[in-house]
Order: sequence, then structure tokens, then C-alpha cells
Amino acid sequence: MIMTNLETVPGKEITAHYGLVQGSTIRAKHVGRDIMAGIKNVFGGELTGYTELLKESRDEATRRMQEQAHELGANAIVNVRFSTSSVAQGAAEILCYGTAVRVQ
Amino acid sequence: MMEIIANLFPFILAVGLVVAGGLFGARREKKHYTSIKTRETAYARQPILNTKTLPPQAAAARTEMVCGSVVISIDRFKQLLAGLRTIFGGEVHAYTSLIDRARREAVLRMREQALGADIIVNLKMETASLSQGAKKQMGTIEVLAYGTAVWYGSEPPRHRSQQAV
Repeated sequence: MIMTNLETVPGKEITAHYGLVQGSTIRAKHVGRDIMAGIKNVFGGELTGYTELLKESRDEATRRMQEQAHELGANAIVNVRFSTSSVAQGAAEILCYGTAVRVQ
Repeated sequence: MMEIIANLFPFILAVGLVVAGGLFGARREKKHYTSIKTRETAYARQPILNTKTLPPQAAAARTEMVCGSVVISIDRFKQLLAGLRTIFGGEVHAYTSLIDRARREAVLRMREQALGADIIVNLKMETASLSQGAKKQMGTIEVLAYGTAVWYGSEPPRHRSQQAV
């Protein structure tokens, strides 16, 4: 599955449009990570646990989007966008959306 | 005497955390900036555009979406400085450097995924605040950078798998 955040796939031609596809996930961190992050908060710097958590969630959201596109018979997703929002205390929603197309 | 110490304990702890945060935080920030600068010079020949079009003479052989993200948090000392700044107004330098570090790091991580790519087009950046509870404070932020890496020419590199993100 080709993914791009451009409106076309460079060097290829779009032959069919299948409309919007999306994938989302809401993840919460577990307590251990939260405590570690609390300690790191004092000294500042990167919170590796959170970076990984959000990366995993983004991969999951992307996977769901790709599955949806695959079901429609598409072989590429163009104009992909990501969006993050904090929906509840300690949980983040990751949304990923794009246009499913067939390219040649 | 013991009672006074016991009563003062939370105060002493708070001061201790601020001092420790200031000492370690400043050192870590300096180290991070040094690392960012050396890595940025290594990538000087790979342009990043935030436009959607490729240079007209170039033919794309392969494209791939690349992502880089980082979650970074401020230290206690800077949080205190930022709190004081809101009284007088003006630029909050403590936060400026925090966000700057996060953005540059996210872009560098994105570039690590685009090994050997000739150009990265349509760069998008997104910032999200992850701190809960303390509504007025900006403690922890996530920065995501993503774009489309393009390889020119007819020979697509084989060393990387066709991974989604």
C-alpha cells in the first residue's frame, strides 16, 4: 500500500477514487509509565515511554486506515493527515485519514 | 524542633525539586542542542519543502511517507520561570526553547526514516499538549513531523522494507 501526504503519487497516475478512509485509536498509558513520567517531569527532557506509546498508536491507526482502503480495493492512499487530541485524562486519541485511490 | 522540620518538609522538597530540575534540565538541554546541531549539519544536502510539487526536472522513482515524533517535558525550574513570566508578560523563553528542541528533534527523526531520499516534500508539523490536570501550565508536549520522501531516478533502493509509517 502506497501512502503519501501529497495529492497525487509522483510518477504514477490515479485511475480511480474510492473516497475517504480513516483509522483511529484511543490509548491510555499504564500506571508504571505514568509514574516514571512524573519523575522525569522534574528534570525535563524526553519522555521516551510516551513517545513510544504515541508511535504505537499512530501505527495502529494507520493500519486500520490501510485495512479500510484494502477492503475498498485501493492500492494507495493519498493526502494522508494525522491529528491528535487529548480526549480524557491520561488518554490520547490518534486519528489518521486520507483518500483511497487506485494508481497505475 | 522536629515539628518545625516536619512542617517545613513539603517546602524544602519543592525547593529541592526546582533546584534539581534547574541543574539537570539545563545540562540536558545543552546536550540535546549539541546533538541536534551535529545531526542537522549531516543532513544539510537533503532539502525539505513544505510545498507539494517536486522540482520540474526530477522524476520520482519511489515515494514513501515518513514520520518522526517526540514527547518532551519541561523541568521544574523553567516551569517556575514561566509562571513568573505570566505576571509581567513578554516572551516565555523557557517554553520557546522547549518547543524549538522538540520540533527540530521530530524533523531529524523523520529524516532518519528517509535514508538516502533525495528530497522530502509537503512537510507538516503538529503539536499537541499532553499535560492533564494542571490546566494553566504547558508541561508536556508532543510534536509530530511528517512528509513524503522521494527518491529520484530509476533504481529504487532495496535496503528498506515497504513499511507504512
